[in-house]
Amino acid sequence: MEALISILFHGLAYAMILYIVSVGLSVTMGLMGFVNLAHGVFAMAGGYVTVTLMNSYAVPFALALLAAFVVVALISVILERTLYARLYGASELDQVLFTIGLIFMSVAIVRYLWGPLAQPVRLPAALSGMLDLGFRSFPMYRSFLIVVGFVLIALLWLGIERTTFGARLRAAVDNRRMAESVGIDTRRLFSLAFALGSGLAALGGGLGADILAIYPGYATEYLVYFLMVVAIGGLGSLRGPFVAALLLGFGDTACKYLVPELGAFFVFAAMIALLLWRPAGLLGRA
Amino acid sequence: MSPVDTLIRRHRLRAVELLPWAIAVGAYFAFADYLSLGSQILIMILFALSLDLVLGYAGIVTLGHSAFFGVGAYAAGIYAVRVSGEPLSGLCVGAVAAAAVGWASGLVILRTHGLTLLMLTLAVTSLLAEAANKANFLTGGADGLQGMDIDPIFGVFRFDLFGRTAYLYCLVVLFLAWLFARRLVHSSFGRSLVGIRENTARMHAIGSPVRRRLLTIYTISAALAGIAGALLAQTTQFVGLTVLGFQRSGEIVIMLVFGGIGRLYGAFVGAGVYMIAQDQLAKLEPVFWYFWIGLLLVLLVMFARGGLLGLLDRLLRR
Repeated sequence: MEALISILFHGLAYAMILYIVSVGLSVTMGLMGFVNLAHGVFAMAGGYVTVTLMNSYAVPFALALLAAFVVVALISVILERTLYARLYGASELDQVLFTIGLIFMSVAIVRYLWGPLAQPVRLPAALSGMLDLGFRSFPMYRSFLIVVGFVLIALLWLGIERTTFGARLRAAVDNRRMAESVGIDTRRLFSLAFALGSGLAALGGGLGADILAIYPGYATEYLVYFLMVVAIGGLGSLRGPFVAALLLGFGDTACKYLVPELGAFFVFAAMIALLLWRPAGLLGRA
Repeated sequence: MSPVDTLIRRHRLRAVELLPWAIAVGAYFAFADYLSLGSQILIMILFALSLDLVLGYAGIVTLGHSAFFGVGAYAAGIYAVRVSGEPLSGLCVGAVAAAAVGWASGLVILRTHGLTLLMLTLAVTSLLAEAANKANFLTGGADGLQGMDIDPIFGVFRFDLFGRTAYLYCLVVLFLAWLFARRLVHSSFGRSLVGIRENTARMHAIGSPVRRRLLTIYTISAALAGIAGALLAQTTQFVGLTVLGFQRSGEIVIMLVFGGIGRLYGAFVGAGVYMIAQDQLAKLEPVFWYFWIGLLLVLLVMFARGGLLGLLDRLLRR
């Protein structure tokens, strides 16, 4: 029972980070079919901005996160306008190569500026320590992550389901040509969605710095997890990746907790098996 | 007719196709101090060649080809440590193990496409890397696999300190693999792969067994990559976890793309240029090396699709 609660709790916090980082990728893939392997780079950049602002300039945590969101969203939209936009409709291989190029460059830059080691994370005092819920106490920061995760998901859901922007986005994901012919400017929409998704990834990188260590290998080491969330969830949906992130979060935590000698082996095997059963993802449209 | 004549006639060899081999043999005499680098280059060429079969000819965009390289390396390495140091049977073990993994993973991977396929190729590699990392008793885990003792080839040619035997061994294996690959891509099977790459739906429509063909080439390519890995294990007598890393998968794709995909010789040009440049430049500042490679890749995609050989083509056509 103890173990189960522990796994559920840590798995949930982990799943939140995975979801916040990956959801933007799902939208990018669903909307433009762009294979953006460099998505993790934006999360990594967010992590570095957050950690550096906090450690070197004593910026408060919340402000540092906001800065990470804004800075990375701006950088990503500049990249999108200047470089990504030239490769819409290009072959998958070209997109893969281009984004691998971005990964290699960003890894080198990060290594040069911050060195090869993981960045230390100093959490604000209010978020460290334990949260006592009477029957059991939980680590404060993970609890905070879970709450923030749900708030962000609620905002995201409201934004996509209840605003005009969201309606346009959904229309464009469903049928881009049709959306264009009823007068939706999908290019602008896509730039916005891209910036938002990258900003969210940055937020995830900053929030999750404690779980997914911020170091130069970030963009490649965790890439497979981000891709798994999107591929298993199904492209272009909000709910699918959430389910996938939960599965991955619980599965990975359980494996590492119960059978540490096997590590992540089971999770990868389970995910591969899952895709054998549903090649288009859990909630994907084939 | 001499056997060489038969060989040349049957494969319709052009003179220029012998150039890489002339260079490779020449390098053996001219750069006697660099033979260990030379063996590495030959191994990477073989690895890139195996990737060209799936990426260039069959159009399967994979980021997990190091899985097969790694399996081949580990299988040959473990075989040498536990069973026998005989090198040729070790190569076979590497090839068979990699082919088995290629076939099994291909069954799953080739059912999907696009992002899911990419993710699966990555996931298979991560799974194997995790397995190699955790199976300490067998693979040596993070410390790497050590303690291989490779016997002389045919019981005659000893692996010497200067890497002469290793170089020639790699060269001969690469040559045979190249003959095989060349034969393969010019066969009707090879042409059907190009058909699948260009228009899968149409190949389905004319009744071509698309998935079976893809699985076949995926398995063959895995076996070749496994041989490359086995060669690395035998010539360096060490296998580390990096053989299964994303870095290696990414790098081999980059080498092939720099050379030019789908033309068999891109592997030679790309791997050769990349490895030599890396050896010369990365010594100074390894961090910048990856920056420039990344930048070059971005520029390549934007302006020079087709790689070095593609550029050469365009220059010659003018």
